Amino acid sequence: MITVDARGLRCPAPVIRLARAAADAPPGTELTVLATDPAAVHDVPAWARMRGHAMVGATEQDGVHALTVRTHA
Amino acid sequence: MTHATARRAVLDAGGRAPLLPEARTAFLEALDQGWADPRRLHAEGRRARMLLDGAREAIASVVGARTEEVDLAPSHTAALHGAVRAVARGRRRTGTQVVVGAVERAAVLNAADFVGDRVTVGVDRDGRVDADAFTAALGQPGVALAALQHANGEVGTVQPVDAVHAAARAAGVPLLVDVGASLGHAEVGATWDLLAADAGDWGGPGGLGVLVTRSGVRRSPDWPEDEDRWFPGGVSVPAALAAAVALQVAVSTRSTDDDSRRRLVETIRTRVAAEVPDVEVVGHPVERLPHVVTFSCLYVEGEALLTALDSRGFAVGSGSACTSSALEPSHVLAAMGALTHGNIRLALPRGTQEQDVERFLAELPGIVAGVREAWGVGGL
Repeated sequence: MITVDARGLRCPAPVIRLARAAADAPPGTELTVLATDPAAVHDVPAWARMRGHAMVGATEQDGVHALTVRTHA
Repeated sequence: MTHATARRAVLDAGGRAPLLPEARTAFLEALDQGWADPRRLHAEGRRARMLLDGAREAIASVVGARTEEVDLAPSHTAALHGAVRAVARGRRRTGTQVVVGAVERAAVLNAADFVGDRVTVGVDRDGRVDADAFTAALGQPGVALAALQHANGEVGTVQPVDAVHAAARAAGVPLLVDVGASLGHAEVGATWDLLAADAGDWGGPGGLGVLVTRSGVRRSPDWPEDEDRWFPGGVSVPAALAAAVALQVAVSTRSTDDDSRRRLVETIRTRVAAEVPDVEVVGHPVERLPHVVTFSCLYVEGEALLTALDSRGFAVGSGSACTSSALEPSHVLAAMGALTHGNIRLALPRGTQEQDVERFLAELPGIVAGVREAWGVGGL
């Protein structure tokens, strides 16, 4: 389980940070990106779909979105 | 630099197209002939009134309505707000719900929230509303009004208006059809109870909206009384006349304009998908407006892309959050589950030259690559 902190960053930076972390991780890794940019809520699932990763979960607390993906095997 | 950048290619005509020359001529003539207040009873006022009513008559004839059913508004937004507010108030005994598609214009969504309880029907990946879900929502008790656009101005997808109108009729609910992105470009049909349109979109002047209300639709203003009951203060007579002339021109040249624009859009959709890596071309591939095409580039900041294209002579639109003052990205792209960053939206004006589109397509891959390089996202 890897956490990527992209709080305070605007689109497309959260997705890029997540993609960098995913590229370095072994297949099947779960990664959670923390983001305050509302666009990340839409763009992380869209990125996961384009890259063949699975969306595992999405929660929000105090304006911070936690979006979790599992990289494809 | 091998290209001169003096030549501008305007590929962003949605909601504000370049003024058609015939509309410009009509506007200037109406400044001389129709400057007076059409509410006045003297000869000058009556002449202005005649021009204004002539404009309404011409618009009525294009959309298949009677002149008295056509009201002119100071903007498309005002037309949509006025429609939702007046019908919601007129039908308040029936209920407070307003059923809308998820990709309606913000003016419709905001007006629905303002007057009552918004019921939002979702869309598929192409941006098309689910007609069955819309029908089910119409069947619930307490629906004052429903709204479904003819086609989406951001992604071009045409909506199943015929089916939804039949369901609305069966449920006894008036249907507002926003043709703001369609009128003058596509056949909008007769399956509507209220119709809202935007003169700036079809090559008329900006600052003029149209609301057509079939007789029998119950509405009541929720704003102060005025001689111009539905849009207090009335509209500019020259703008109204120019809008009507532009609409007549747009409709009379529609089939040729649209054949050529549809071909250009098809070329853009195919070549962007093939020649730009990691791009999503969005919107329905077939059931679409002839002149709108939208795509999103992964890992690309919309503002950087828009600015780079602008400096190379291309005026384009975008639904990305970073290209507007809003923090939220386009609710249309979000509802479709499409990538919202790196978004480029083209709405080709009439008479768009093939050479401009060719130049855009030739330069785009390099411009996208340049923006990606600056962010160091190669290989992701």
